[in-house]
This record gives sequence, structure tokens and C-alpha cells, in this order.
Amino acid sequence: MSTLRRLARHRLALFGAAVILLFAVCAIFAPYIAPHDPYAFSLAKKLQPPSRLHLLGTDELGRDLLSRIIHGTRVSLLMALISVAIGLAVGVPVGALSGFYGGWFDLLVQRAVDILLAFPGILLAIVVVAILGPGLWNAMLAVGISFIPTYVRVVRGSVLELREKEFVEAARALGTHSLAIIRRHILPNCLAPIIVLSTLQLASAILWASGLGFLGLGAQPPTPEWGTMLGRSQLYIRVAPHVAIFPGLAIALAVLGFNLLGDGLRDALDPRLKGRL
Amino acid sequence: MLAFLMRRLLLAIPTLFLISVVVYALLALKPGDPIDELRFGNPGFTHADYERLIKLYGLDKPWYIRYWYWLSRAVRGDFGPSRRYGMPAAEFVFRQRMPNTLLLSGLSLLVAFAVAVPAGVWCALRRHSFVDYAVTTLNFVGISVPVFWLGILLIYVFSVRLGWLPAGSLGTPGVAEQGLGAYVVDRLRHLVLPVLALSSIQMATWTRFMRSSMLEVIHDEYIRTARAKGLPERAVVLKHALRNAILPIITLVALAIPGVFSGAVLTETVFNWPGMGRAIYDAILANDFNVAMVALMFISLWIILCNILADVAYALADPRIRYD
Repeated sequence: MSTLRRLARHRLALFGAAVILLFAVCAIFAPYIAPHDPYAFSLAKKLQPPSRLHLLGTDELGRDLLSRIIHGTRVSLLMALISVAIGLAVGVPVGALSGFYGGWFDLLVQRAVDILLAFPGILLAIVVVAILGPGLWNAMLAVGISFIPTYVRVVRGSVLELREKEFVEAARALGTHSLAIIRRHILPNCLAPIIVLSTLQLASAILWASGLGFLGLGAQPPTPEWGTMLGRSQLYIRVAPHVAIFPGLAIALAVLGFNLLGDGLRDALDPRLKGRL
Repeated sequence: MLAFLMRRLLLAIPTLFLISVVVYALLALKPGDPIDELRFGNPGFTHADYERLIKLYGLDKPWYIRYWYWLSRAVRGDFGPSRRYGMPAAEFVFRQRMPNTLLLSGLSLLVAFAVAVPAGVWCALRRHSFVDYAVTTLNFVGISVPVFWLGILLIYVFSVRLGWLPAGSLGTPGVAEQGLGAYVVDRLRHLVLPVLALSSIQMATWTRFMRSSMLEVIHDEYIRTARAKGLPERAVVLKHALRNAILPIITLVALAIPGVFSGAVLTETVFNWPGMGRAIYDAILANDFNVAMVALMFISLWIILCNILADVAYALADPRIRYD
């Protein structure tokens, strides 16, 4: 309760949560909110500036930009959720086991993490997409894989600390099985860093996925993905700047929302995490 | 400390070796081969040509055999030719692309540092002031705005609408003939927008860190002591507080150095800047493996070295930290 109350006092975090809620509503009810069909094109109406009929104007094929951005919410949030889920599903168990057991497994995992972290920024995702071929699902997988090492590092660090605590020793003295200790005693105590990291990773996932889309490696046209929409916009910037401005604004807002919420969650859950996450 | 350094440096060798195996295998897994571009670009290309080239390049052999050939030549400093650019891969990466990237990314790092440190200190000293709130909000915006979109916006405002600055590329062709002064001014004008776009994220992150680090230090007892003995506020802040507060930022800067070599594929794409990020991206997509390998290995080396450097710098700056 006190965590929620502390979060509620964090005005920026509340703003972030409200933004995310707005995008979530857009994603769920996209077909009902969007004024037009996001795929319906009409070359006669291409690159029109914002008007009463098309609130944010039309793109290079005459499709309604607002409708495409609203439908793009589905794509971007889905990509973010799935790639963070991949990072969680692999990173958390591997990090927990590697921190708890140590030994050769830990050594192996640490080398693997070193290798993955030796790719700066978005390059690892680019290599993965290049192998698998461009596309929405492969881009998600690529971003998810790039997130794994961070989860392993963070969870392993927390487990190393918790492993020496007295309650773990007590559980061990009672004869509890190691895996049960990890599940029942250690992981619940790692929740704070995992929740904070995941919120911030959702922000990164949207940035990275849209970056891949911008390079032409993510969701393929005609899928309304924000980054992919920006990819061609630079060609028309002289005649139709709105095509470049609005999809980017959507990305920035969504990322800002998750960043603000993540920051507030960190302060509310565990202020000591500052500087580590 | 020396033992720690030696151990880390020795450990870097197997790590680099493993990275090279993994990257080579990954690139070999990728569909397509380096001959594709020749085959599809040349109508007179026959199947016999294809088989001859496959044999010539050794592509009929499994990837681990090819890797072995690559490695045995790479350790002697021969990274093979770039099939795309018709020159040694190392020459293409280090002569043609590296200088451009060093200029753009290095300058961005410097700008980010030069802005972030004073901005962070200022905000910490005037906590809860209007400027503090404004900068804090701006920092959140800075880490949330996609760099490629920021680039496009900058181009729209400063080169399309205002017409003050060029929209991209290294420089105007032929400007070198108008003398050195014109050349330098032209190159600098082409740098302004990409540097602004690229430095934004680090500027925001470092300002935040600098602010919280300064806030942690400013209430310490030695600061009170310094004030109590009558030192001017300027000396207290710059000599006593800043020196301690800047330590965590130094680590962050060290960890950002590899980015100076790897370039920034998104910013380079927006501004049509022929740098390392774009070179690696193009090399991977066009199956120009030798270029991708030499560039990726060079960056990995820097990442490992800078990780060690960050640990060492931390230990040197703070005697309480020990690694042995």
C-alpha cells in the first residue's frame, strides 16, 4: 500500500501512467477509435496537410495518418511487450541460477553475457534480424535477445546479495530444495529491480523496434508501424513535414510514458536502486 | 591492482576469440553469399562463373574451415578483401570510415560532456528551482525522443525552413578548392545538426547522473567543513564537491567510448554520413563479411578495453574500491 501511495505522490510517474493508459486504450479499441481504414489508400489524396477530414493529414499513398498512428499503437505496444517478455523469460531464470549456484555454469553464463554485450547498442539486433530476415516478429525476437544480458546481469547481482541473507540460510537449514529457495525466497525479493528494469526496457523496446523499422528491418509496409512510417517520410519533408512529425511524436510520447513510470516505480519501490538501473 | 589488470587483459583474449567465432558463425548462417550481388548485377554471369567463384572464395567449404582460414590470416593482420569496395577490408574500415565516425561521435561525446557537467552541477545547487525542473523535464524528453526523429526534425527546422545549415553528407563537393578556411567552415556546418542529434541522449543521461551525484556529495560533512573554514563557495563547489561528484560520470564516459568507434547507424542514416555504423550495417546486409568482421572485432576490442578502463578508473579515483 505504501508503495502505491508513494507512487501516487510522484506526479511525473502519474503522468507517465496516464500516457501509457491512453496508448493502451488506443491499442485495444483501435478499430473503433480510428476515423478511417489505416490501409485504405487513394493516390488522389496523397500527402495532404492536416484538415478536418484527416486530422493529421495523409501519407504518400493518401492513407489517413491519424488512423495509421492509432493502429500503430497495437504494433508498437505488442512489439515492446513481447520483446521484454523474451528478455524476462530467458534472462531471469538464467541470471537467478547463475547467481545462486555459481561455479562453471556461472562462468559460462558470464562469458556469454560478455559476448552479447560486446555488440554496442542496436548492432546485435541488426545482426539477428539480418540472419532471420526483416519483419515484425523477427525484429521482436532480435530486440528480446538484446535485452537478455541486461536481465541476467541485474538478477544475478540481486541473487548474489540475497544468497547470503539469513532467511535463505534458515530455509536451507530446514532442508528446502535449492530450486524452491530460489522460487519462494529469492525471486520475490528480486521483484523490485525486475519490475523497474522491465518498465524502462519497455521504453527501450519501443525505441529499438521503431529504429529497426526506420532502417527497413522491422515491420514491413503496409503494416502501420511508427518507425517504418518514418522511414520514407524524410523523402517528403519539404512538401509534407506532418508525415515525419506525427509518428515520431507518438514514439516519443510512448517512450516518455514508460520512462517516467519506470523512474517513479524505482523511487517508490526501492530508492537504493538509483544509479544501478 | 596490477594483478587485477593482468587477469582482466588475459581474460580478454579468450573472450575476443569466442566473439569472433560467434560472429563468424552468425554471418555464415545468414542466407545469401558474397557472390549474390555480382550474380544479380551482371546479366552475363553464368552458372559456371558462379561455381568458379564459389571455389575461388572457398565458399564450398563449411563455415568452421573458412573461419580457420580467416583466423589464421587475421592474427597476422590480414583481414581479407572487401568484395564490395574492391580494397582490403581493413583499409576501407580504418581509412575511409573510421575518421568520419571519430569526428562525428567523438565531437558528440565532447559536447554532451561539456554541457552535462555544468548543467548537472547547476541543477543540484539550485534544487527545486524553475531551472532545475525545466532541465529535469528536458532530460526525460532527451532520453525518450528517438534519435532518428530528432534528426529529421532538426533537418526540417534548420535546413528546410530556415535554410541555415546543410541537411546531410560530409561536406559540399569541390569546396576544398576555395581554400582551407572555406573548407573548414563547410565541414563544421555539416557537423552541427548530426552532433546535436547524436549528443542528445548522452547529454540527458549524464546531466541526470551529474545532478544526483552532486546532490549526494553536497550534504557530506567535508563540504560543511570546507564552508566552515571560510572557503569561498566557488572553491567549495569546484574543488571539493565537483571532484568527488564527477567520479561516477567518468565511468559512464569510459563506457561510452566504444560508441565513438562503432558509430551510430541511425544518425548516420538520417544525415547520410558515411561512418562506421552505416558501414557495418551495409556490410552485414550485403554479405561483405570481411568488412563486417574487422569492424565488429575492432569494436568488441574497444568495448572490452573500456570496461576494464572504467573499473580501473573507478579504483584509482576511489581508494576504498579494491579488486583483489
